[in-house]
Amino acid sequence: MGKEISTVGGVADVVVVGGGLIGLAVAWRLAADGMQVTVCDPTPGTQTSSVAAGMLAPITEVEFGEDDLLALNLASVAAWPAFAEELEAVAGVPAGLHRTGTLSVAYDTDDAAALRRLADYQRRLGLDVEELTGRETRKREPLLAAGISAGVWVPGDHSVDNRQAVAALLRAVEKVGVNLVREHVARVLVSGTTAVGVQLDNGDTITSSQIVAAAGPWSAQLGGIPDELRPPVRPVKGEILRLRVPEAYRPALTHTVRATARGFGVYLVPRPGGELVVGATTSELGYDTRVLAGGVFSLLRDARTVLPITDELELVESVAGLRPATPDNAPILGPSGIDGLLWATGHYRNGVLLTPITADLIAESIRTGGVPKLIEPFLADRFAHRVPDNGEQTPKVAR
Amino acid sequence: MSDDTLVIAGREYTSRLVMGTGGAPSLEVLEEALVASGTQLTTVALRRLDPGQQGSVLDVLRKHDIAVLPNTAGCFTAGEAVLTARLAREALQTDLIKLEVVADDHTLLPDPVELLDAAETLAADGFTVLAYTNDDPILARRLEQVGCAAVMPLGSPIGSGLGIRNPHNISMIVEAAQVPIVLDAGIGTASDAALAMELGCDAVLLATAVTRAERPALMAAAMRDAVVAGRNARLAGRIPRRYHAAQASSPLEGRADL
Repeated sequence: MGKEISTVGGVADVVVVGGGLIGLAVAWRLAADGMQVTVCDPTPGTQTSSVAAGMLAPITEVEFGEDDLLALNLASVAAWPAFAEELEAVAGVPAGLHRTGTLSVAYDTDDAAALRRLADYQRRLGLDVEELTGRETRKREPLLAAGISAGVWVPGDHSVDNRQAVAALLRAVEKVGVNLVREHVARVLVSGTTAVGVQLDNGDTITSSQIVAAAGPWSAQLGGIPDELRPPVRPVKGEILRLRVPEAYRPALTHTVRATARGFGVYLVPRPGGELVVGATTSELGYDTRVLAGGVFSLLRDARTVLPITDELELVESVAGLRPATPDNAPILGPSGIDGLLWATGHYRNGVLLTPITADLIAESIRTGGVPKLIEPFLADRFAHRVPDNGEQTPKVAR
Repeated sequence: MSDDTLVIAGREYTSRLVMGTGGAPSLEVLEEALVASGTQLTTVALRRLDPGQQGSVLDVLRKHDIAVLPNTAGCFTAGEAVLTARLAREALQTDLIKLEVVADDHTLLPDPVELLDAAETLAADGFTVLAYTNDDPILARRLEQVGCAAVMPLGSPIGSGLGIRNPHNISMIVEAAQVPIVLDAGIGTASDAALAMELGCDAVLLATAVTRAERPALMAAAMRDAVVAGRNARLAGRIPRRYHAAQASSPLEGRADL
């Protein structure tokens, strides 16, 4: 872990608010450039970053009309191998990248029609997808259910063991001299229209002319930000399971499998050590992270529909996390409207995927003081037209 | 047509398109679609939503002055549905409830026995009940008898996009009803919505057909127009069908008699 400081009046070149994957990766990149970086997080790497499944699936999960996001996602998948290699060289532990390709599979014929519709769209976008019959699909993954009716092979979608990535980043930030302050940031300190530091819950302040806010689903609650500049980030709950494949059955799957089973979506992400991650539910229930029986039930129901041997796997963990969602599902990156404060938040379902590109773009922004071209579609001010309308205020922070 | 309004339990709506929110890829896409649809009433699943959460779909509805119609999606018994409706009334300060009691989570078809029980309980408890039901004319009649403010028969199963599978049943329900009839579920495209209105339904409720379209806002606008077109056609009075001979309005000889 990083050096602990608790001195009143700390100073840093850059303060990063939030020690999830995004915050840690930004801090690592900046400190590697020679800056004095402080990361503030009471429990780094334990929230959304640790709950996620770690799919790098921009092609499999593409949605109609999200072209800008697709471009950013593809750029970040392309950046992952070099990012992982550099991270491993510094940290000396695996970064968790698992290059498997992804199989999208359909259970019944209605699911197959939906899958074909998506494959058509993916082809129109020029993405590399290969349609398979049910039998061809099962040749690639023989333990899939006999009833699988169709598949699509997506060679460019992979996965990352996000917990390994968090552990590697925690090692890396320590190696490059990042200060890790295990405290919650109460507010950004703003003088006029310029950020000058942060104040922690314990009252201490850290002076800095560059703040990166990477507080994920808590970003809208960060103190010190005027209402009209608050990022429209809301928590979207997801439940997820971790199963263990007994030795005798390994590997139950060799590729990430994304399935639609009787209209319900489920994904299964195999890890080299025999872990199989099954996700994920979606609900808008505020900061609720209880695991509900119905969530576990629906995930297991759908998992065993597409992979009957699920019955024989050990249920190791069920957990719920919060995705930092924005109105258009795309992240909020770069200038905040307050000089010296940059957003690196709102990554919704793509935080693990977007970690390398976010770190590089934010580091570049700070190095150059400019706005990198790739960031332009993701600036916070794209939501500005939405703000005061019909007398409704932007979200007030409830604390 | 400004005086042709939909009235449900004393509330008046100029739009006859009720929207659902399920299946939208993002909040922004949903907002654009709701605005394009012109809806004034939109249903949300209380179980999937924290009314206190800022920035949720409820904020979008408030921003555009769209009334919230909480629903009991995900309930399988009358008991659950009644509990959920009471939670919704407390959380959202409305006595409106779209009552859904489904038989299983695969077909999502209504369970008629549980539905009738829940409708009776909620109506007696002062709720304005809009009941999602099968396209069974007798069940529709019974729902009206126990006090439902509107009856909402399906065209086909939720999310199926199969359109109106039994138009004759929908006509029978419409002809017998003293309360508004809202065609709920099964709409796949604009002509389905127009047909519902031509059959005499007072409104159409749909979600998936819009939220899962490639361009949701464009499909929402199509649905808005289809509902208006179908309503106007119903009011205009269609010509009778002639199955055995053509009778052109323009005579084959001479001029039209103007």
